[in-house]
Amino acid sequence: MDVLTRRRFLVASGVVGATALAGGAAAYRLRDVLATAGDGDPRARTLVLVTLYGGNDGLHTVVPHADPAYRDARPDLAYSAEEVLRLDDGVGLNPALPGLHRAYGEGRLAVVRGVGYPKPDRSHFRSMDIWHTAQPDRPGTTGWLGRWLDGAGGDPRLAVSFEPALPPLLAGERGAGASVPVTERETTPRLGAEALAALGAAAPGESPARARAAACFADLRAVDGMVRQVRAADDGEGAEDDGESAPATATGGARASLDAQLDLVARCVEAGVVTRVFSVSLGGFDTHADEKQLQQVLLGQLDAALSRFADRMGRTDAGRRVVVAVYSEFGRRVRANASDGTDHGTASNVLLLGAPVDGGLHGEPPSLTDLDDGDLKFTTDFRDVYATLLERVLDTDPGAVLAGWRGRLTGVL
Amino acid sequence: MTEREAVAHLLRRATFGPTADEVDAAERAGFGATLDRLLTPDGPDRGAAATPAPAFGPDPAAALGKDAGREQRQQANRERRAQVTALTAWWLARMVAAEHQCDEKLLFFWHGHWATGAQKVRSAALMQRQLQTLRRLGRGPLVPLVDAMVRDPALILWLDGQQNTRRAPNENLARELMELFTLGIGGGYGEVDVKEGARALTGWTVDRGTGTARFVARRHDPGPKVILGRRAAFDAASFAALLAGRPEAARFVAGRLWFRYAGAQVPAPTDLAGPDTVGTLRRIFTAPAFAQTRDTLVKQPVEWLVGAARQLGVRPAALSEAGRRRLLSGLNALDQVPLRPPSVGGWPAGTAWLTTSSLQARLRLADQLAGAADAAVLDRLAAAPPAGRPEALARLLVVDRWSDRTRAALAPLAGEPRRLLVAALVSPEYAVS
Repeated sequence: MDVLTRRRFLVASGVVGATALAGGAAAYRLRDVLATAGDGDPRARTLVLVTLYGGNDGLHTVVPHADPAYRDARPDLAYSAEEVLRLDDGVGLNPALPGLHRAYGEGRLAVVRGVGYPKPDRSHFRSMDIWHTAQPDRPGTTGWLGRWLDGAGGDPRLAVSFEPALPPLLAGERGAGASVPVTERETTPRLGAEALAALGAAAPGESPARARAAACFADLRAVDGMVRQVRAADDGEGAEDDGESAPATATGGARASLDAQLDLVARCVEAGVVTRVFSVSLGGFDTHADEKQLQQVLLGQLDAALSRFADRMGRTDAGRRVVVAVYSEFGRRVRANASDGTDHGTASNVLLLGAPVDGGLHGEPPSLTDLDDGDLKFTTDFRDVYATLLERVLDTDPGAVLAGWRGRLTGVL
Repeated sequence: MTEREAVAHLLRRATFGPTADEVDAAERAGFGATLDRLLTPDGPDRGAAATPAPAFGPDPAAALGKDAGREQRQQANRERRAQVTALTAWWLARMVAAEHQCDEKLLFFWHGHWATGAQKVRSAALMQRQLQTLRRLGRGPLVPLVDAMVRDPALILWLDGQQNTRRAPNENLARELMELFTLGIGGGYGEVDVKEGARALTGWTVDRGTGTARFVARRHDPGPKVILGRRAAFDAASFAALLAGRPEAARFVAGRLWFRYAGAQVPAPTDLAGPDTVGTLRRIFTAPAFAQTRDTLVKQPVEWLVGAARQLGVRPAALSEAGRRRLLSGLNALDQVPLRPPSVGGWPAGTAWLTTSSLQARLRLADQLAGAADAAVLDRLAAAPPAGRPEALARLLVVDRWSDRTRAALAPLAGEPRRLLVAALVSPEYAVS
């Protein structure tokens, strides 16, 4: 596409607008799927993808405290051996991650180190495009899970996001995942079911965007039905939008708390819905300044939400088939800047959490001295991680989604 | 396209949403005269004058001493948030009330372009000042605009410019300045230019007490820098001038305008960039390709809400405090609150807005709008015989024609004007202009 589509959300719009709905058929296909939809396959695994927007500092998530080059590069920011939560003699977790540290001790947390892609791009938007599309050379117009969804039949309920705007990673060639609001308990159908159904019909010859607008009415009925069932099963307290309390940086992420998003995921998983992929996010990791405190607050939110979720998942059969993957668009520069922060970097860790995960440290840690213009050189291609998730969690041939990619992680799932 | 359809298309894109009377007048005046009046409005804007901007005193938190207690700080932060809410509500009211609609919508474009978030700037006064700068310079050429923006206090705070010093430059502002605001990705710059550009911008800080940007010479790196192949002792002004003067910047910004006013379905014509932004807008609206973009552009939530409010005679300024809050929380549910862009990349576009989640929020907000509609508007709708009400509605909302699908959905509601309005406001024909 042209230069206009380069920002991350614009990719999404290009996607769904230009190609996905050229046929304008989503409404019909969805209804067809609805008619045949049973419950979720009880043996199927579920993927929960956690996107950390802003570029989480990987070196201060899994801290190589024993490496002298680390202390040299970050004299004022460095954590000491006593401060971190020990993983082995050389590395430890950020002190704000006690829950993940416990999961590591129980063998449920895998740390994949040095994950990145060739010719790293230090723009948030471009790099997030690359992670969303899994196309580092030239980010295209479909997300990697959107392409998986295309192959899995296109029912939007198979891939659900709890963000109001659809993340590009869920946009496919022919359809897209569903976005479900966290804060709304249910719809207020002042219009009535007939009017909503009538507005969801396709109109011959209309533009793809209008076809998409109409398809939303049909999708709404399907997704709303599913979520209403889930919520009726658990009439707990509603999730509140906590937008004011989170520290702000300039690079995006969902506004409902991660906890509230994961609470809905947990309820869906326990109810045995058909969804195989959930996308949730936490923003604010663009720590150019005063990083230590800010990142600890954010990692604390991540840790509390993830460990509560993982513990809850450990209590049911369906939950024990859930794999959580946590990533960010890039890590940060090895050397600190003068604002007690770090600028945009490259390779970083991907965390995998859940009962099916073989915990431990995986992949080669990148060298802190053999750098690429001040940044880490990646040791694991991010498509190895995606391919492994597609194959081991979503039971899909990764080649079809990742342009024939053959690399895999070994011994992680 | 008939003359009426052509001017309606122009008005739907150049303004937040025209009323039927405005389309009538434009049809009488013709396309050319309508465009002239949009781009160069004559006379004072009485709607804007009747919606005066709130005045904010000194920053509530900056006034606190170093020894202020926790409670005082919390109180100050509450005041700051209340001021930002007041500013947002005022701007929304002004978008609806303004007569110079093209200027008003252009300001919203620039806000999304230089997307700055009050959640980090935390100052209504500084956000207001940035809006004033964008309003003052947004119609003109790029160089003065970029020059003013690199020293805009809100932008500096948003992108950590005040942390950018000669001892260790902070790249945030320099990177986004090139990537998002002027050159665009592929605009001919590299990582070295980002690093050198950051050095050029060193030394600018923000004094929250006075609400101004200040240059601190000892924090500035006065040495020579090589940016885009040019070697000079660049500072903020000469760096801004270098970027804004590049042909890539003119092309990039013109492309962004096309993207927001015409959409992504029809490629932008070449040579779109005019000598200034008003000139570029003229080229956009008169391009043959512009006419082909009808029915393809998804309205952003703010455009959808403000346009509907204008057509239904809803004046946010005249609503109760609770009513205004409901409008803002409706926008919040739609994920587009002015002054709170999701990131420095601005808001999404196109079908990213067309999700199940946003449809639910649009249904609720449409219901509020229909409930607050001016009685005269509802009366006029009810005056049409039931069978003619969908047509009356199409005229009211400046929709060229309903599809058979939507006509079938509207017909059973003809006897209930409020529900009829809700259905029309959420219909695909109204959501996509």
